[in-house]
Amino acid sequence: MATKVLMEALSPTMEEGRIAQWLKHEGDTVTTGDVLAEVETDKAVMELQARADGVLRKVLVGDGQTAEVGSLVAVIAGADEDIGDLGAAAPKSKPEKQPETQATPAAASPTAAPAAPAAPPSGDAAGERIKASPLARRVASERGVDLAAVSGSGPGGRIIKRDVESAVPAATGAARAGWADEGYEDVPLSQLRKTIAKRLTQSLAPIPHFFLTAEFDMERAVEAREELNARGDVKISVNDIVIKAVAAALRQHRACNAWWQDDHIRYFNDVHLSMAVAVEEGLITPVIRHADRKSLREIATEARALAERARARKLKPEEYTGGTFSVSNLGMFGIDEFTAVINPPEAGILAVGALTPKPVALDGTVTVRRRMRVTMSCDHRVIDGATGAQFLQTVRLMLENPLAIVW
Amino acid sequence: MATITYRDALNQALREEMERDPNVFLMGEEVGVYQGAYKVSRGLLEQFGDRRIVDTPIAELGFAGVGVGAAMVGLRPVIEFMTWNFALLAIDQVVNSAAKMLYMSNGQIPMPMVFRGPGGAALQLAAQHSQAFESWYAHIPGLKVVAPATPYDAKGLLKSAIRDDNPVVFLEGEMLYNVKGEVPDEEYTVPLGSADVKRPGKDVTLICHSKTVAVALKSAERLDGELGVDAEVLDLRTIRPLDVPAIVESVQKTNRAVIIEEGWPFCGIGAQVVDEIQREAFDYLDAPILRVTQADVPMPYNKQLERAAKPHPEQVIDAVRRVAYLD
Repeated sequence: MATKVLMEALSPTMEEGRIAQWLKHEGDTVTTGDVLAEVETDKAVMELQARADGVLRKVLVGDGQTAEVGSLVAVIAGADEDIGDLGAAAPKSKPEKQPETQATPAAASPTAAPAAPAAPPSGDAAGERIKASPLARRVASERGVDLAAVSGSGPGGRIIKRDVESAVPAATGAARAGWADEGYEDVPLSQLRKTIAKRLTQSLAPIPHFFLTAEFDMERAVEAREELNARGDVKISVNDIVIKAVAAALRQHRACNAWWQDDHIRYFNDVHLSMAVAVEEGLITPVIRHADRKSLREIATEARALAERARARKLKPEEYTGGTFSVSNLGMFGIDEFTAVINPPEAGILAVGALTPKPVALDGTVTVRRRMRVTMSCDHRVIDGATGAQFLQTVRLMLENPLAIVW
Repeated sequence: MATITYRDALNQALREEMERDPNVFLMGEEVGVYQGAYKVSRGLLEQFGDRRIVDTPIAELGFAGVGVGAAMVGLRPVIEFMTWNFALLAIDQVVNSAAKMLYMSNGQIPMPMVFRGPGGAALQLAAQHSQAFESWYAHIPGLKVVAPATPYDAKGLLKSAIRDDNPVVFLEGEMLYNVKGEVPDEEYTVPLGSADVKRPGKDVTLICHSKTVAVALKSAERLDGELGVDAEVLDLRTIRPLDVPAIVESVQKTNRAVIIEEGWPFCGIGAQVVDEIQREAFDYLDAPILRVTQADVPMPYNKQLERAAKPHPEQVIDAVRRVAYLD
C-alpha cells in the first residue's frame, strides 16, 4: 500500500518547510526511520524521516522548493505497486512565492469589475467619493438630505454637520418622487371606514356647525377623583367625570339633548351619551345609556367595558346607536383643544383636551391650576349660540364644583 | 471644607489609610527622616514609627521587590518612587511581578499595593527626568493606572488605590504638589475608573488628565472668551480602567474631541482614547479627533525649547479651531 510522505511540522511554529536537499531519490529503497530529506523550517534545518518501508517512488517537491505543513511531498510504495494518481497529485509547493502573487492579477480579470460598495452612498452618481463627516452622514440620512447636492465647507470640501443643517431640507419634490417610487398600497375600505366616511361627510357638509370653546379649572374635580380612587376599587378617570357632568348638564339643557330630523327636532327626555373610542380601523361611539342616572362608579365600569368591547370589535348595534349627545376626548394624546365633527343625527359633541397645569390669576395672585379646554360643536339648526353657551356654563359649574353634579 | 495643597491631600490620604488599616505601610527613598523628597510623607514617621515608614537605600528594583513580597504575604505596601523616571530601574518588579501575580497564581497570591510618585516633566530637569510614563503602565494588563489633577481627586483616589486589591500605579506631579484646592473635612473616596467633567460645555470635548487638566481649563476659558466656543473639559482621572462611557457621552454631545496629554504621541493615552471614540461614537463625529501631546522628542533642557515641547493652550486652541471648522 502506498504511503504518503507529508511535510511534517518539525517545529511548534512551523507552517511550511523548504526541502533543502533530498537525501533519498526516486527509486531508492527506504526503511522506516531513514532520513529522506533535510528540511529548513522557520528555525533550523531538520530531518524528514520515512514513516514506512518501501521504495521512494515519487518526489513531488524538489530541492529548494517549499511545501506547506501537511502537504504531500513524496510517495513511498512497493517497487511495482500502482500508486495511481498520487504521483500526479498537484503538490502544494511554492518554489518561490510567485505563483500566489501571479494568481491575484489573474483573478482580477477585466470581467471582475470592482464590487459595488455595499455601504450607503459613499459616492455620487459619477462614482466619485463624497467626503462627509460621520455625523454629517447620519444627519443627512435622518433628514433625507442628498449629500451629492450639498457643498462641503470643511477641509478639502468635507461636508460637515452645519452644511447638512443649512442645506434645503431635502428637495421636497425629489423626496415625494422617492416615496412614489417606493410604491403604494391600495387598501379597500372596510365597512367601518365606509361608514365613518359617509356619516362624517353627512355631518360637516350639510350641518351648519359652530363652535364654542371654554377652559375649565379642574383642580377640584381632579382632587375629588384622587380621593375617590384612593378609596374605591373602581378607578375613575377624568373622562368618566366629564361624561357624568355632561350627562347631568344635559338633563338641565334639553335643548342640547336632541336630534335633527329634517322636518322636526326630537328632544330626548333621557340622556344617552355617545363616547368616541379609537379602534384599530377608525373610531366608533358606544353609548352609555341613562348616563345622567348612573353613578360615577357605574359610568367608569361601563365606559371601560364598552371601550374594550369596541376595540375587540364586539359591540352590538344597539350598543353604538341611539346616543343623544357625544363626548370625544383626545387629552390622552396631549391635544390641548380640538373641534370634533358632529355625529348625526345628534346635535352636539364636546371635544375634550388635555388636563394641563397652567398659571392662572386667582384671587389676585398667580397660581398653577390644572386646566382643561373643551370645544362644543353645535348643529345650528338645533342649538343656538346662547343655548350652547348656557349648557357649557352648567358643565363648567359641575366640573369646577363637582358637588353641583348632584345638586 | 478646607483649601489644601495636592501634597497635603496625599499626606492626608496616607495618614488616614494607615490609621484605618495597620497593614498599610510606606516605603521608599527619603520617606522617613527627610519626610519625603516632596514632603508628601511629612509627619508620618513621627506618628507611625520606622516599622511602617521605611527609608530605603537608593535601590529601586530592590525596594519595589520588597514591596511585592510584602503584598504577597498580606500587607498593603505603598511604594514611593522619588520620581517615575527612577522607577525604570524597578519596572521588572512592577510589570513582571506585581502585575502578573494575581493572574499567574489564579488569585491565590494577593497583590494589594500602590506604586506612587511624581511623573512627567517639572522644570528644566532635562530629558532623563522629564518623562510621562502612563502609557507604559496602562499597556500592562493587571495594573490600574491613576493620574489625579486636583487635591480632591488626589486624596480620594489614593485612598481608593490603597484599598484596591490590585497593584495600582499612581502618578502624581512635581508641578502639581503645590496646587491648592478644596477638600472636604469628612472622609470620602473617589472610585477608580471614573472620569470627571471639570467644566461642562457643548461645542468640543477636551479630554485630559493630570497636569493637562490645567492646560485644558485654561484653554477652555480662552476659547470661551476669544472664540465663543463652549468647551467641555473631561478629566480621565483613571487611565486604566478607562471610563469609556463618560468619554462617549461627552463626545456624543459635542461631536468633536481634542485629547491632551503630557506624554509622547506615539502609542500614547490619546491613541487609545481615539480608538474608543471612533468605535463607540463614530456616527457622532463631525471632525477627526485631534491630539495635543509633548513634542515627539526627548525633553529639551533649554527653557524656551522645553516650554515649546510641552502641551500648551495655544496648541489646544489651534486644534479646537480645526475640529470646530473655525478657520
